[in-house]
Amino acid sequence: MEVAVIKLGVGNTASVLFALERLGARGVLTDDPAQIAGAERVILPGVGAAGHAMHKLRASGADEALRAFPRPLLGICLGQQLLYQRSEEGAAEGLGLLAGDVTALATSRELPAPHMGWSAVRAERAHPLLAGVASGDYFYFVHSYVCPVDAQTIAIANYGRSFAAVSGAGNVFGCQFHPERSGAPGARVLQNFLALPC
Amino acid sequence: MSAAFRWRMLLPSKRIIACLDVKAGRVVKGVRFEGHIDAGDPAECAARYRDEGADEIVIYDITASAERRTIDYFWLAGIARALDIPLAVAGGIRTLDQAIACLEHGADKVSINSPALERPELIEEIARVAGSQCVVVGVDSRAIEGEWMTHQYTGSAETMRRTPRRMLDWIAEAQARGAGEIVLNCMDQDGVRAGYDIAQLNAARALLSIPLIASGGAGAAAHFVDVFRGTEVSGALAAGIFHSGAVRIGDVKHAMRSAGLEVRP
Repeated sequence: MEVAVIKLGVGNTASVLFALERLGARGVLTDDPAQIAGAERVILPGVGAAGHAMHKLRASGADEALRAFPRPLLGICLGQQLLYQRSEEGAAEGLGLLAGDVTALATSRELPAPHMGWSAVRAERAHPLLAGVASGDYFYFVHSYVCPVDAQTIAIANYGRSFAAVSGAGNVFGCQFHPERSGAPGARVLQNFLALPC
Repeated sequence: MSAAFRWRMLLPSKRIIACLDVKAGRVVKGVRFEGHIDAGDPAECAARYRDEGADEIVIYDITASAERRTIDYFWLAGIARALDIPLAVAGGIRTLDQAIACLEHGADKVSINSPALERPELIEEIARVAGSQCVVVGVDSRAIEGEWMTHQYTGSAETMRRTPRRMLDWIAEAQARGAGEIVLNCMDQDGVRAGYDIAQLNAARALLSIPLIASGGAGAAAHFVDVFRGTEVSGALAAGIFHSGAVRIGDVKHAMRSAGLEVRP
């Protein structure tokens, strides 16, 4: 299976490509709208700032290709946040594929930011993306902004407050954790994503 | 939902970070400033630590900085390709291009130490392009006449030197410049295996709003329990005791769980 992994300039996209390789899928790093449109699956990874990433997506025309993509699409970490309408980070406009706004985590001595580490994830509803994943399994997170808990939320995690660890609507999904760096449960989520019906 | 589960949801687990001290492509062990003994292949060690429950792996090329070179990227990619937990790279990263190359070859974070002291702007440069979450600043600190002072080029006894910077000033500056995490290596404890330097870690924690990782001094599973009970560090790093097999990561996690600490299975 060919998976378009969206190129955003700088980022540790290698770990996503390696994870796909371990699952027997072929990841292709691209920002070409035609190649995105022709892919079987799309993964929008992302590290860095929301505004910079959206600028990159608009410059390449990948933003429109993502909005029009009819098959399963997964945003990871910043990639999940970009799926929403707006982000508090630099007051950036998102892709608007999911409803709602991304907000900053409050920080404290007990809860330093970024939230960096392994946290338990709890399913809010049964979903094929979480098949074989137990409620309470740990996933690896690195982020300072969070997606809202609402009807689109599939699973939640907590860092000072609850946030959408996994969310989705239609063919569009996002996870705040890094499945490519979350051991066996993470590999299962990626595998489930690849197995979603078109 | 059980009460235990609700409690678990509150805080992330405390990270156990296995550091592979690497020299000439091989993992080495021993007190850092003395002789080194071969402890195996880095990819095999990384996989073993992952299987034993390590939450994160650091590959530290101990002589890179002193030898004015950086890590071999293709060799790094070979390790990253097989690993499904977070991977940080340390050793000789002194330019933005080198940091980016590490990230593009599968590292999730780069850890910079001596080069950040040479040129503190390096922290900002990497953070601006790749994000603060990629930038770990490693700090080697030792008490000199009652002050914790930062040291540089600690990979070998010949190159090591004290800098004029106080550790507490330096970590505050590193955070202000955009570091996403600080690894504080307390050199007086390093290799001694008498436990982490709780007092120094608490002093550092009080200045930071980013995660702090304890390093230096682990000699027994109980030392990890002590550091997590005595400080608010986000993780604890160890190298030698894991390489020698003196302490297994599974034993550490068992001790932490028994002490009621939050730990990933």
